Amino acid sequence: MKIAVCIKRVPDSETRVKIAADGKSLDEAGVKFVMNPYDEFAVEEALRRKEKAGSGEVAVICLGPAAAQETIRTALAMGADRGVLLQADKIPADPFEAARLIAAELKGASWDLILFGRMAIDDYNHQVGPLVAELLGMPCVTAISHLDIDGATGVAEREIEGGIEVVEFPLPAVLTADKGLNEPRYPALKGIMAAKKKPLEVKPVQPGAGALEVVALMPPPARKEGKIVGEGAGAVGELVRLLREEAKVL
Amino acid sequence: MTRVLAVLEQRDGKLRKVSFEVVTAARRLTDAVDAIVSDTSDREGCATAIAERAKAGGYRAVVFAATATGKDLAPRVAAKLGVGVAADLTDVAADSSGFLVTRPVYAGKALVKVKVTSQPVVLSLRPNVFTPDERAASVTPETVPVTGSGRVRVREIKAAPAGTLDVAEAQVIISGGRGLKEPANFKVLEELAHAFGGQAAVGASRAVVDAGWRAHADQVGQTGKTVSPSLYIAVGISGAIQHLAGMRTAKVIVAINKDKDAPIFKVADYGVVGDLFEIVPRLTEEIRKLHG
Ligand SMILES: Cc1cc2nc3c(=O)[nH]c(=O)nc-3n(C[C@H](O)[C@H](O)[C@H](O)COP(=O)(O)OP(=O)(O)OC[C@H]3O[C@@H](n4cnc5c(N)ncnc54)[C@H](O)[C@@H]3O)c2cc1C
Ligand SMILES: Nc1ncnc2c1ncn2[C@@H]1O[C@H](COP(=O)(O)O)[C@@H](O)[C@H]1O
Repeated sequence: MKIAVCIKRVPDSETRVKIAADGKSLDEAGVKFVMNPYDEFAVEEALRRKEKAGSGEVAVICLGPAAAQETIRTALAMGADRGVLLQADKIPADPFEAARLIAAELKGASWDLILFGRMAIDDYNHQVGPLVAELLGMPCVTAISHLDIDGATGVAEREIEGGIEVVEFPLPAVLTADKGLNEPRYPALKGIMAAKKKPLEVKPVQPGAGALEVVALMPPPARKEGKIVGEGAGAVGELVRLLREEAKVL
Repeated sequence: MTRVLAVLEQRDGKLRKVSFEVVTAARRLTDAVDAIVSDTSDREGCATAIAERAKAGGYRAVVFAATATGKDLAPRVAAKLGVGVAADLTDVAADSSGFLVTRPVYAGKALVKVKVTSQPVVLSLRPNVFTPDERAASVTPETVPVTGSGRVRVREIKAAPAGTLDVAEAQVIISGGRGLKEPANFKVLEELAHAFGGQAAVGASRAVVDAGWRAHADQVGQTGKTVSPSLYIAVGISGAIQHLAGMRTAKVIVAINKDKDAPIFKVADYGVVGDLFEIVPRLTEEIRKLHG
């Protein structure tokens, strides 16, 4: 099994968002960066598939700044074989540009599976996986929470509103991972040591301008000051009155 | 005139509510809105058909709902048109040289305003944000035959038990967290949901989903669903930032928690401090009276 996993370096989900002086970007001072949590499911799945097949390769690909080498090392410590950093100072605001650069890197080789996360927790774009699939002309199943592979056929489950869709697809394919697919492993000390010696290729790339231009990054509208209605069951009457008369939702 | 193609979704032969939201938002951009209804069984063929229709019709924009189906379909169509998706939008406006759109980023901790100039522009809208107007229903959808490669096939849809409403679609959500103490106690929340007469769903925090008390489909938050109901009642949920990511755009938030310092009270419009096992049954009684 030859598997590629695309991973993104993102601010940790606990990050306090401070807007930079340009009014358009995140002030990165003091921000802790991690591997996008959904990409951890993708890396884990790739490792399990390779282990099951008994042979193969798991390559991780990341588009990002020089510091994203650290994110790649985390995946190598989990057990991936090699990494490629498509190095750019800034990740393009237009996801199509990111997809183009990633697709160009993946194009040369013949992968059995190319795995992505369902979405990146910073930009919430949920699209780089299917964009790359289209650019490569490969079948794609998004947001999978269960996967069975038998020879050249896969069956995946994905949550939709009101149920679960069971989808059949041929390999090679592009899949995007949702929570529930597996429990990602923590890198063991041995893995962390081994990761230092694994190949990590750095390739500078030049993202195009794209068609999405960030005009402003703003704090979300403050919710109007809430109130504590009261304590205990005795406050329920007043709560219901407020919901009817003030909020008008009942 | 600028023409916009709205992509609608149906279920059981009926247009979904979110589709009226899509039409309403599309009409904000132009008066010339055409609609096409997507078929969910052959996603690849469907994407090809929509992309071809979009090209042939010379549309300036194609608008989707950011539902499970829309999130899957929009990027496929966009890629075929050589562009990306401005995804999960909470506001859209036409601008002289393109479109000005707003979307939540960093788990809802910030909003980004983006100018989109691609040709065409592909947009997806966060469900439950755009209030459908009456005119939305007057659209005449068009049917286009799908002749796809059909490599990816939906083999089966395991429907949730009849009568259960998906949290992503409910107008009222009662969510429970670790404060419920054990899975069986979710019964008190189900009774409250029931009292709303079929328009309420029971949601959950990740803590109780990870513990196996509730299904992942019910999880609200960063690694669960993003919801914007009219009323969100958080019961025994502390209000971690990742939970807020999924529900802070609810119109009205009520928190019931025994800890008066719980962070959930910071985003709640109305809070009741105390033991949920006393408060919730009383609330259920009151709601029953109203809907009685
Ligand atoms: C990458 C990442 C992604 C995450 N994604 C999500 C996500 O999608 N959704 C999500 O919810 N979380 C998510 N989390 C987890 C999140 O950080 C919290 O751990 C989780 O939301 C806590 O769940 P809780 O509020 O149910 O439990 P707790 O934090 O334990 O809170 C329980 C609350 O119940 C109250 N309580 C106890 N007994 C009673 C009683 N008798 N009456 C009234 N109140 C009572 C307590 O005061 C407390 O506030 C994520 C975390 C990470 C790191
Ligand atoms: N800069 C990037 N480098 C590598 N993979 C990425 C990058 N951006 C997005 N991805 C992949 O695409 C998925 C979806 O991201 P997004 O479309 O940005 O929400 C992520 O989970 C990653 O697997």
